Amino acid sequence: MANILAFSETRLGELRRAGIETVTAARQVADATGGQVHAVLVGAPGVAQHAAKLAAHGADVVLVMEHESFANYNPEAIAATLAARLGGGYRSAFFAASAIGHDLVARVAAKMKLAYASDVTEFAFSGDAVAVAHPGYTNKIVQRFVLKATPALISLRAGAVLPVENAKAGTVEALAPAVDPTAVRVKVTLTEKAAGGKIDLGEAPVIVAGGRGLKEAANFKLVEDLAAAFGNAAVGATRAVTDDGWRPHSDQIGQTGRLVSPDLYIACGISGAIQHLAGMRTSKTIVAINKDKEAPIFKAADYGIVGDVMDVLPALTEAVKAAKAGA
Amino acid sequence: MKIAVCIKRVPDMEGRFKIAASGTGIDEAGLKYDMSDFDGYAAEVAIQVTEKLGAGEVTVISLGPDVVQETLRKALSMGAHRAVQLKHDAPVSDGFAIATALAAEIKDGGYDLVMCGRMAVDTQNRSTGIFLAELLGLPVISAISQLNVDGGVVKARRELEGAYELIECPLPAVVTIDEGIARARYPSLKGIMAAKKKPLEVKPAQLGAVTYQLEKMELPAERAAGRIIGEGKDAVPELVRLLKEEAKVL
Ligand SMILES: Cc1cc2nc3c(=O)[nH]c(=O)nc-3n(C[C@H](O)[C@H](O)[C@H](O)COP(=O)(O)OP(=O)(O)OC[C@H]3O[C@@H](n4cnc5c(N)ncnc54)[C@H](O)[C@@H]3O)c2cc1C
Ligand SMILES: Nc1ncnc2c1ncn2[C@@H]1O[C@H](COP(=O)(O)O)[C@@H](O)[C@H]1O
Repeated sequence: MANILAFSETRLGELRRAGIETVTAARQVADATGGQVHAVLVGAPGVAQHAAKLAAHGADVVLVMEHESFANYNPEAIAATLAARLGGGYRSAFFAASAIGHDLVARVAAKMKLAYASDVTEFAFSGDAVAVAHPGYTNKIVQRFVLKATPALISLRAGAVLPVENAKAGTVEALAPAVDPTAVRVKVTLTEKAAGGKIDLGEAPVIVAGGRGLKEAANFKLVEDLAAAFGNAAVGATRAVTDDGWRPHSDQIGQTGRLVSPDLYIACGISGAIQHLAGMRTSKTIVAINKDKEAPIFKAADYGIVGDVMDVLPALTEAVKAAKAGA
Repeated sequence: MKIAVCIKRVPDMEGRFKIAASGTGIDEAGLKYDMSDFDGYAAEVAIQVTEKLGAGEVTVISLGPDVVQETLRKALSMGAHRAVQLKHDAPVSDGFAIATALAAEIKDGGYDLVMCGRMAVDTQNRSTGIFLAELLGLPVISAISQLNVDGGVVKARRELEGAYELIECPLPAVVTIDEGIARARYPSLKGIMAAKKKPLEVKPAQLGAVTYQLEKMELPAERAAGRIIGEGKDAVPELVRLLKEEAKVL
């Protein structure tokens, strides 16, 4: 059987969790249909250090493409290389449904003149067809379609497949760029973590999000403190907040912001507008803290506390610290 | 500066959707329609660029049945200069088929910049702009939250998940527009009057081959109803207990 490719996304030299999820997804398919998992690692020299982790999660082969010009995302060179490689005969290729993953999968599909499925939450391979589900209409509708193209190109929503250890050989092979990576038209000149964004919003298991109920930018300290108490939490925000410049747009969650699906989402001083819910309603557990007991967020939340964020957040931060210390 | 903006007409997302009897579409009864959010931002950005330069022309293009003319008129009333409807009556969700038709229209138009939304809020395919760029042989920067066009170079910013990057490419180029860059203005009465006299051409859409078919639409499973566990900080111990014992996330 043909092999399955997984693009393992890195950022600033670090392997992203989404880059492991694609390997786990590819492993699931390879185990069912036969074939090997080829994980692709691209970055500045040194990125090969992550190969062992990909092998531990099921990569038979890790294709490493290192070059100074891959310190930042290099869309044209990576897309050309992947399209050439995939043209050699793969059953499928998995990308993360991240900003970079969406950009890349579409470029590869465009070069190969293939359809692809974006932001996929479910997939099932049978024969030459892959049945996929992908959300539409601001995540209010599940769209199911069958992808008949080979390779089947898929970008996988964060959390649709969780990383599973399944050690394989992980033989490292060099992947040569199909084009000169310095002779490209589109150049990324800087990659930087957003201010305050210590943990990647796309992969944090816990998200503490704040809305206009925080009253002013300085009070986001309460949200950050709670996130810090969890240790593995990222900070998110509503559009009301990013529009006012309290937080960067990369923190915005919702219909026109990021789509997130953490294990735990804590909404602080957020009304729960339909456009905000669109971005977070698939979170596993949702907590809402709002002083208005009629706020729509309580309909989406598993657990609600009616109260003032100024009182509740510091108390919750202390309680989480205590719980973590006791655990 | 000649700018083309691709605009899709989509249902208002505020409402509750019902699946149509066919199982492959939504029940359109009673829905309101408008341009897809990101396409509205794109139209606004394009208009702002020409306003700033005091020169240039913004062409808005929409593929679909005659009702898209209403959406195109709205863009004209915001300040776009001319509009093209690529007429096609049956619904299409295939990004390649749509991009092929858009490319056929844009190819010889002498555009410096082509704009699409980051994604259409109904299909959420996120592909059309990038397919279009490939078909036109142009560089593309996707999902940008800032744009600066100067001296034949596009400089842009893209939001990642809790990070961002700065990107450049030469003109002519395609960009797809994300949140944060601009909000679509409300058309003024003067704009609405002026739009009535602006050119709106109708041409048959030269769709490309359809590469996939939607099989089925479903409503996602409803979340189980939650509960309010208490008031004020006194409720915190109970919340922590539930997070530990019931939700097992702490
Ligand atoms: C096309 C479009 C796209 C949009 N996209 C998005 C998107 O992607 N993401 C997004 O978030 N929004 C989006 N919006 C905006 C959305 O409609 C809401 O306006 C926004 O989510 C509201 O943010 P908020 O909850 O912070 O503010 P508000 O709606 O003002 O709510 C503030 C809440 O805080 C509570 N509160 C006030 N004081 C306190 C206190 N001391 N303690 C506790 N609670 C308190 C209030 O009871 C209220 O419920 C979009 C809108 C449109 C039209
Ligand atoms: N029927 C259409 N007419 C004009 N532009 C479209 C159409 N469909 C998609 N687009 C453009 O492509 C973008 C992305 O759509 P999609 O790839 O479906 O998510 C939209 O934001 C529009 O700019």
